[in-house]
Amino acid sequence: MIQVSRAFGPVVEGEAVVSEEGFSPRYDLDRWTGVITKPGHKLEGTSIVDKICFFPTAKGGIAAGWAFYDIKWKKIAPKAFIFGVTNPVMVQGAIFAGIPITEGWQPHPRGVVKTGDWVRVDPANRRIEILPRP
Amino acid sequence: MELTPEEQSILGGGRGEAARRAIEYQIEVGRFWGAKRFVPVTNVHMMGDIEVMGDAGLEFLANEVRQSARCVVPTTTNARCIDFAHCERLGQDAGEANKERQLIAALRRMDVITTDTCINYQTAYQPHLGEHVAWGDTGTVIYANSVFGARSNFEAGPAALAAAITGRTPAYGFHLPENRRGSFTVELKAELADLADWGAVGKLVGESHQSYYAVPVFHGYRRTPTADELKHLGAALASYGSMAMFHFVGVTPEAPSIGAAMGGVSAFERMVVSDSDLESVYKNCKLGDGDARLVVFSGPQQSLFEMKSLGALFEGRKISAGTTCIVTTNSAILRQSRDLGYAQALEAAGVTILEGVCFYILQNLSPMREKNRWTNMVSNSAKIVNIIGAHRFNTILRRTADCVEIACSGMLK
Repeated sequence: MIQVSRAFGPVVEGEAVVSEEGFSPRYDLDRWTGVITKPGHKLEGTSIVDKICFFPTAKGGIAAGWAFYDIKWKKIAPKAFIFGVTNPVMVQGAIFAGIPITEGWQPHPRGVVKTGDWVRVDPANRRIEILPRP
Repeated sequence: MELTPEEQSILGGGRGEAARRAIEYQIEVGRFWGAKRFVPVTNVHMMGDIEVMGDAGLEFLANEVRQSARCVVPTTTNARCIDFAHCERLGQDAGEANKERQLIAALRRMDVITTDTCINYQTAYQPHLGEHVAWGDTGTVIYANSVFGARSNFEAGPAALAAAITGRTPAYGFHLPENRRGSFTVELKAELADLADWGAVGKLVGESHQSYYAVPVFHGYRRTPTADELKHLGAALASYGSMAMFHFVGVTPEAPSIGAAMGGVSAFERMVVSDSDLESVYKNCKLGDGDARLVVFSGPQQSLFEMKSLGALFEGRKISAGTTCIVTTNSAILRQSRDLGYAQALEAAGVTILEGVCFYILQNLSPMREKNRWTNMVSNSAKIVNIIGAHRFNTILRRTADCVEIACSGMLK
């Protein structure tokens, strides 16, 4: 189980995508397919559609605010964003789009959760659980 | 959050449905960050264009207009994705251009001042020390916090628009003095003769300290930096490091000394940036297949002084056959650049000047890249070199004069 420091949104369950590199929906993501396309990104080629995405950091980018709403509308949004450290834009954007988002984690997800695991995000209780696959 | 009677009235619908929804959203954002109250803002700068907002955002704005949403403080817009004079030649989508026109009309009906610039701080509004604003485009925020000593968080489009409608923003982050203290120092031993060098410093410092709450304190530099130099430094720090503030001892208003900037803390990391560090930034740019057919001066838009300098560098020269060289600026600076002859010097050399846009947010940029078979993008902006990655460009940072040479020779070096 992982405790998070701050959180917004309803409870969601889904498949985890765990990144060792930070994220920006503008710098890294193809906003028509939901695939990370930035050359050299550690998740290059990975889809974040309907995933629960773990990112250590957020990168630049005011445009994330509208981008999250846009990808949610296009039905290519992730189910939740789990950040180690984030910035206001990610939070403003996720809340505007109604996508659950959390910041801060204890323990670090490395060694606890890996890509492909099934996880449950409970923002009200600031908790992330790893579950058996349904 | 503690609400004033006025804020309670807005939440109760006293200022209409659009304002009620706006403050409800702001309360949710404030709650996430543990904000205890709102602060009134005097100025808003928002990002809003069809490329970033999409159909969903356009529909949202149309609904705002239907609900009679109005800005209650002066609100300007950031660079957008289409320059209507050039969109056909660039191969941008006519349907999207029409939507952009609808979007601009909707913003104006809400009393938004569509300045279409990411250098509002150089041309539209300069807030004073301690003034609370709600700005978007990270480069504008870091400039406001650092150089003016004003107070803003990164405000995404929806958040900035909400602030424009309610006239306030939740008090967290850089609105609070405790978050404005320096967190580490950077001694500048490098010469920093070109704007690209300042961006490279931003890359070195930002990339190694990625955090919204990291506040570098620069010191040891032997000359007074110019506004354009601080602009490229800030834009790159924000882009690579997600940073919203820096101090520059003896230059920025909250940093009369290292001690003052650090808020009395004496144990902290000390970083040094030297000329050899900068050279490694340039050397580490991979040249890909050697394509030198796209050179861009954008991100942020060019100031009048940058236009003058580029005009002089391109004067009497021609860009290489098959090369595209793009400069972006805002309407005010372009008008002055024409009056002063700088724009003509650029256009005579074959440079395309785009107005009111930034290159990396151009509508249809990925198809544009494919159609032109561009693989590399060369620029003197460390910010744009970083942020254009999702469009699959290989990017190469070069000093300004080197960029001009590459544009005119068609040869990478």
